[in-house]
Amino acid sequence: MDYSAKVMDHFSNPRNMGSIENCDGVGEVGNAKCGDIMKIFLKVEDDRIADVKFQTFGCGAAIASSSMATELIKGKTLKEAWKLSNKAVAEALDGLPPIKMHCSMLAEEAIHEAINDHLKNKGLEPWTE
Amino acid sequence: MDNSATTPARKEVVEEMLPYLTENFGNPSSIYDPGKISKRATEKARQKVADAIGAEENEIYFTSGGTESDNWALKGIAFANRNKGNHIITSSIEHHAVLHTCIWLEGQGFEVTYLPVDKYGRVSPEELKNAIRADTILISIMLANNEIGTIQPVEEIGKIARENRIYFHTDAVQAIGHVPIDVKKMNIDLLSLSGHKFEGPKGCGALYIRKGTKIEPLLHGGAQERKRRAGTENVPAIVGLGKAIELAAGEIEETNKTLLEMREHLIKGLLKLPKTHLNGHPTERLTNNVNVTFEYIEGESLLLLLNAKGIFASTGSACNSTSLEPSHVLTACGVPHEIVHGSLRLSLGRMNTREDVDRVLEVLPDIVQRLRNMSPLTPQNYRTL
Ligand SMILES: Cc1ncc(COP(=O)(O)O)c(C=O)c1O
Ligand code: FES
Repeated sequence: MDYSAKVMDHFSNPRNMGSIENCDGVGEVGNAKCGDIMKIFLKVEDDRIADVKFQTFGCGAAIASSSMATELIKGKTLKEAWKLSNKAVAEALDGLPPIKMHCSMLAEEAIHEAINDHLKNKGLEPWTE
Repeated sequence: MDNSATTPARKEVVEEMLPYLTENFGNPSSIYDPGKISKRATEKARQKVADAIGAEENEIYFTSGGTESDNWALKGIAFANRNKGNHIITSSIEHHAVLHTCIWLEGQGFEVTYLPVDKYGRVSPEELKNAIRADTILISIMLANNEIGTIQPVEEIGKIARENRIYFHTDAVQAIGHVPIDVKKMNIDLLSLSGHKFEGPKGCGALYIRKGTKIEPLLHGGAQERKRRAGTENVPAIVGLGKAIELAAGEIEETNKTLLEMREHLIKGLLKLPKTHLNGHPTERLTNNVNVTFEYIEGESLLLLLNAKGIFASTGSACNSTSLEPSHVLTACGVPHEIVHGSLRLSLGRMNTREDVDRVLEVLPDIVQRLRNMSPLTPQNYRTL
């Protein structure tokens, strides 16, 4: 697979890999295309993402996307994190091969799930858009 | 460690080929002397191929490789025998060169039965017998599988085909140099082989067609290959293929002995890792094939980490295929989708050494553990982080 140097860097040295005990929100999503799974753990303080960790069962692009996405939302407000698109993740990685674009969707969706899980824990309405 | 994908041409092979790329460039169809030199060289190669599989020299037809041979065998038999019937039997674990041809033939009005396989990837001769109909014209079952190395009971299949007077084709692309072949004893009517899988050149293969077989050409044009396969012969490649098969068949016992030792050492070492399973048959398998699955991890990321250590292998994971479909072979063997994901094929070659195998066994445990630590599927007791 023809990956950019950035992808290979994030794949080989993934940032924020792991889990958070007593986290404030978890999002786990599966990929309808190839059957892979990504899980995001959030620690939220004052509506900001104080810490984030991921676990991914997937290809190089999926792992690199997880790593990059968690880097991009760390320290951001929930609203800002919600707006992170898979395109932005792919761009930050200097692009993904077309057949691997769906892998970055995992990250976007897992973040949405995790934020909504957090909102639900607080008794709030989930966001849809 | 990916010799089932391809092999480098051997030094002796390249040396034999070179003169036919330079000074001996004559067209075998020309009647003058340079043409005759080329003609004689192709005929010598033809004899070598025939000798390697127990056939006659005039039963060997050179092609552009395994894919063309498979296409020709299936389409050629189907269309030449349409008056007798339109039913074909194959297996669900064939190479795409056979499977996709069968799907295309279905679109042309033929009916195809895809035999299931057991968990080791073997077809059952009983099920084959039950699948035979009055209008069955062809059985195509591969000799050895390219992903899991499983060797089919070809002699039994050949016997069944003969008793029922049905043509029997076998894709032997992975078997040459590993499984001794005698097309007469095994009752094989058509057999595909490909040069680059046994240290010959790429883009050159052959189809064995038993004398008296009714088959249409695939390529129409000039009168080459006894009017059955048109196109000026790829003389250098044919010469190289001849040399390569002569060497491979001649060294088969010696090669298998070395490879078998390495294979067993590798399998034993890999199975020491927890939640690791062998795919394919424990004994009825190519001496160069190792295929295992590691639970909880995905194959493409595994290959990337191995690549970083200078180890080149392959996987049946959906993420590593352009169709994003998991391996049809492992799926047909009943391996669940998420476990197919973690499959790894290591295919050995004559160039590999015991040190290579030890190196794989040295680096793999860490790589597998690293990916398991990263995976949400891994139970706590298989994590180290
Ligand atoms: C079993 C089998 N059949 C057919 C082929 C196709 O051969 P070729 O690459 O020469 O077209 C291959 C090669 O991958 C193979 O492994
Ligand atoms: S996760 Fe399957 S292709 Fe990327």
